[in-house]
Amino acid sequence: MSTSETTIAKPSYRLSGHTVKRLYNLSIPLGTAIALLLIWQLGVRIFNVPIYIAPAPSDVADIFYREFPLLMRNFWPTFMESVAGFFIGNLTAVLIAIAFVHSRLVERAFFPIAVFINTIPILAIAPILVLIFGPGMTAKVVIAALICFFPTLVNMVRGLQSVSPQALELARILSASKSEVFWKIRLPSSLPFMFSALKIASTTCVIGAIVGEWIGANVGLGALIIESTFNFRAPLLYATVFISSGLSVLLFVSVTIAEKLIIRW
Amino acid sequence: MNAVDKSLTQEQESRIIAASISEASVKFGTLTALRDISLEIDSGDFYTILGPSGCGKSTLLRLVSDLVPPASGSVKIFGKSTEAARLAREFAFVFQDSTLLPWRNALKNVELPLEIGRKRNIKLPTGDRTPHELLELVGLKGREDALPHELSGGMRQRVAIARALVCQPKLLLMDEPFGALDEMTRDHLNLQLLDIWKETGTTILFVTHSIPEAIFLGQKVLMLKANPGRVKDVINIDLPMPRKIALREDPSFNNYCSQLRKLLEDC
Repeated sequence: MSTSETTIAKPSYRLSGHTVKRLYNLSIPLGTAIALLLIWQLGVRIFNVPIYIAPAPSDVADIFYREFPLLMRNFWPTFMESVAGFFIGNLTAVLIAIAFVHSRLVERAFFPIAVFINTIPILAIAPILVLIFGPGMTAKVVIAALICFFPTLVNMVRGLQSVSPQALELARILSASKSEVFWKIRLPSSLPFMFSALKIASTTCVIGAIVGEWIGANVGLGALIIESTFNFRAPLLYATVFISSGLSVLLFVSVTIAEKLIIRW
Repeated sequence: MNAVDKSLTQEQESRIIAASISEASVKFGTLTALRDISLEIDSGDFYTILGPSGCGKSTLLRLVSDLVPPASGSVKIFGKSTEAARLAREFAFVFQDSTLLPWRNALKNVELPLEIGRKRNIKLPTGDRTPHELLELVGLKGREDALPHELSGGMRQRVAIARALVCQPKLLLMDEPFGALDEMTRDHLNLQLLDIWKETGTTILFVTHSIPEAIFLGQKVLMLKANPGRVKDVINIDLPMPRKIALREDPSFNNYCSQLRKLLEDC
C-alpha cells in the first residue's frame, strides 16, 4: 500500500521539480533585466534627466500603450520589406552558390564581384538604390536583400562543398548522376550551413529595411525613427527601437523553429 | 581415387571467377601505389587483405571497385569491366567510416542504393531481402527509425553492411570496416559477418590491419608488401569453417598468427 503510494507520488514530484528548475533558470536573466530597468528608471528620476534626452522606462511604456496603433502602422511596412528582402536575398544567394559549386568558371567570374559589392557599406549604397528604385517599397526590399546576400552565399558554398569524400565515393559506387548527388547528398548536407546563414540574415534584413527607410520613406519603423528624433519625441523613438528589435527577434525565432523542425540530425 | 580426380576437374570447370586482376598497376602521379598485381578470386571466397600501412590495401579495393583506374593491366569482375560491374551493382563497398547520411534514419539509409538510378532506368538487382529484413539480419530490428547519431559506432557499421547488401552484391568489398570499433564489438561483428557470408554466399574482400581478424575471418589471407604495393603471398587458412570465438585460443590459430607476423616483418 505504502509502496504504491510512493510510486504514484514520485512522478508528480519529479515533474514539479523539473518545472521549478526551469522557472529558476528563467528567473536569472529575467531578474537581471528587471533590475536594470529599475536602475534606469531610478537614475533618470534621481538625476532629473529631461524626457527628450533620456526617457524613463515608464515613459516609454506609456507611449507604447498610447501610440500602439501608430507603431503598428509603421511596423507592417518594415515587416513586409524585411521578409521580402530576406527571401529574395537568400534565394538569390543559394542559387548563385549552386552555380558556383557546379562551375569553377562562374565562380571565378563572379566571386570577386560579389566580394566587391559586399565591401561597399550598406549606408553608402542605400542612396544609390533609392535613386534607382524610387521612394517606394522596392528600394528597401533590394537593400534588405543585398545585406542578406553575401553571408548566405559564402556559407552556402561552404555547405555544398562540405560533403565528405567517402560520401562521394559511395555515390560513385552507386553510379549516381550529378543531379542525384546534388539532391540526395550535397543539398541536405548544406542545410546546417544554410540555417546558420539564415539566422544571420533574419536580423540583418531588418537593418537593411530600416536603413532604406532612413533615406526616404513616409512609413516604416525607419521613417518613424527619423521623425521622432527630429521632433525630440524620445519616448516614441525608444518605443520604435524596441519594436524594431522585436521584429528581428520574431524573424530570428521563426528561423530557429524552422531549423529545429527540419534539421533533426 | 579416379572419382575424386573427376570431381576435382569438374569443380575446376564450373569454377566462377569473381574478380580477376592481371598485371594491374595503379599510379598516383609519379608514385606507384600498386605494381603488377595478378590475382584470381573465386566466387564465394572470403579473402582478407593484410599488409604494412601504405602498401596499397585500400587502393586495391578502389581498383576493383572502379574508384581508381589501372595505369596498366586489367581488372574484370565476373567477366565484365569494372565499370559495367559497377553499373550492374555487382559489387558493394563498406567503408571504414560508416558513411551513413546523417539526415536519413537507418531504414532510409539502407534504401538509398535502391533510390539511386531508379529514374534513369538503371536495372537494379533486387535482392531476396527487403531493407527491413536486412536490418533484422544485422541485428537492428526495431531501430529502423533511429538516426545515425542515435546509434553506436558498431550499429552504424551494421547499417552500412545492410545497405551494402541491399542490391544483393556478388562481391562485397570491405575497407577496414571494424577498424574504429572496440574489441568486443569487433568480435561480435566478426561472427555476424561470417554468418552473413554463409547465408548470402557472396564473395568478400576484407582489408584489415589486425592479424587475428585476418585469420579469424579469412579462408585466404592476401599479404601485400609496400613500396610499391605488390602481392607478397597468399596464405590458406585451414581452420574449420563455422568459426567460434574460442578458436582464438586454439594453438593452430596462434601458429597462423606468428607465421603472418613474421611475414609482415619481412615486408
